[in-house]
Amino acid sequence: MLFLIIKRILLGLITLFIVSLITFVGTEILPGDACTTYLERQAFGEQLEACYNRLGLNVPAYERYVSWALNAIQGDFGYSLSGEMPIKDVLGPKIKNSLVLASAAILIGIPIALILGIVTALWRDRLPDVAISTVTIFAMTIPEFISATLLILIVAIWLEWLPGIVIVPTDVTFFELLPNIILPVIAIAMIMTAHMARMVRSSVIQVMASDYVQMAILKGVPYWKMVFKHVLPNALLPAINVVALTIAWLLGGVVVTEVVFNYPGLGRLVIESISNRDLPVVQALALILASIYVSINLLADLMTLMLNPRLKTLQIRK
Amino acid sequence: MKTNNITEEGKKSSFSKVLEVLKTMASKPSGFIGLSILVFHITLALISPYIAPYDYKAIDPAMMLSAPSSEFWFGTDDLGRDVFTRTILGGRTALTVTFFGSLIALLWGGLLGIFCGLVGGKIDDVVMRVVDAFLSIPWILAMLLIVSLLGTTTEVLIPALGFFYGKGIVRVARAATHDVIAKDFIVSARARGHSNFSIMWNEIIPNVRDAILVEGAMRWSWMLLGFSSLSFLGFGVSPPTPDWGLMISNGRGLMSFAYWSVIAPIVGLSSLIIGINLTADAFAKALGIDRATKAPV
Repeated sequence: MLFLIIKRILLGLITLFIVSLITFVGTEILPGDACTTYLERQAFGEQLEACYNRLGLNVPAYERYVSWALNAIQGDFGYSLSGEMPIKDVLGPKIKNSLVLASAAILIGIPIALILGIVTALWRDRLPDVAISTVTIFAMTIPEFISATLLILIVAIWLEWLPGIVIVPTDVTFFELLPNIILPVIAIAMIMTAHMARMVRSSVIQVMASDYVQMAILKGVPYWKMVFKHVLPNALLPAINVVALTIAWLLGGVVVTEVVFNYPGLGRLVIESISNRDLPVVQALALILASIYVSINLLADLMTLMLNPRLKTLQIRK
Repeated sequence: MKTNNITEEGKKSSFSKVLEVLKTMASKPSGFIGLSILVFHITLALISPYIAPYDYKAIDPAMMLSAPSSEFWFGTDDLGRDVFTRTILGGRTALTVTFFGSLIALLWGGLLGIFCGLVGGKIDDVVMRVVDAFLSIPWILAMLLIVSLLGTTTEVLIPALGFFYGKGIVRVARAATHDVIAKDFIVSARARGHSNFSIMWNEIIPNVRDAILVEGAMRWSWMLLGFSSLSFLGFGVSPPTPDWGLMISNGRGLMSFAYWSVIAPIVGLSSLIIGINLTADAFAKALGIDRATKAPV
């Protein structure tokens, strides 16, 4: 058991190591380096030389990787090119804002998804299921930027209930942020909730068809007691992993939604740093977002491991 | 997956099998609607250049942002271009890029996955670690970086999307191969002395094909979502090419009084994505694969 947990954590660390190699090599082999892409047409002579010296680009690549990786582990990602300030100062408040947005969406989304998934599974192929499933397939498939645009058009412009775009400085307090984040949270939560509801539905349906549930029905166990005691614990366990993958996939959706709402989070930073060719920031972002993804999945795996007695003795298969 | 009635399946021609799957798909209302939408969009993409009433890049300053009328059915945008013309042409690039992108993703993801499942051992371990690492880099960051450095032409977009959406297929193909590889007919093929390649081609691919195709159909809808998000952010096809994502992002700033210039592309893009999704759903059901348990990675 302990061995499995340690092995799983080690695998996560190896994945992060490969990610750091990919981001480093990726930004390295693409045409141009940080200085030529940033300085563009002024990339010659003294200016280029000065930039190389400032960023330490005149030492061999593997030495740079080692020092970059060692600093990154300590939370120091170096300096951004365009702002010329430490990257961690740029990232800090934006990460906080994005976390507020994402966790609000997750906290609202998961309970709703559970209820919808269970309702649709228990009333399978009847009116509640058909109605909810139709809505979820719309909510799931429509891209975030479309639902966000429609929300702004309907709620902010036509009904004038809420502000359409977020105009706050990066370092606002939580309560100033609150009215501004309602629409972005709805846009993000919609697609995530729909995905999870569908997974919960199919998981519950699978368990309902299993032998031990049939047995419970034959024994005359009361319906709701059976649902809560026998079906749900078994159905929700496999859903944990898939929910983790969905949350991780959402990181991309958060970026798009933040751009639509002009929200001061990581999303806009992604676009800005890429438009400005600010490669050190891009590397830092890739590493941070990948760490979030890896930790969420690690957490889900460990939770499954703790909750499932059968897995305690088995080897984890990914 | 049907593994025990190979002889029965082998007798039917592949064309009649396709027809049968299509029939099963269309027998349910959701599958029928999905197929109809998809066929409509593909037909529209093929014939739209011949039926478009105006030139998609014709700018008319006198007709800027005019409301829908009998002359301009869906109104005009901020440069006075006909929104109807641009809407019916707007799906062509998206459909072409994502279709070929999905083909590439299917090919490399499927083959690598089958190969890893077949050989196992050290090679398998290393490849899966690298695939996992690529999976944990958010697609949007990687795609934005690639297109911003290499350009936004279709020659860049198709392989880039194909590569990034193929890595999830590697896992599916590998898992499906693992399910098949312990079966008796593989063991007997090995005992007959068949080569790895022959086993892969004759025994494994026919048995994992369904799972991989379903996965590819799902990737198609996610890739469309990714592609249109890129266009929306200004990193997809470049103007003045008509594209729904680009049209929505252009019209967004002025939608408080010219909502028609965003509504038409929104309907176009949403209906295509829903159509592909319903079709993929029906396709998975017709082949007996439950797709709702998969995460959109």
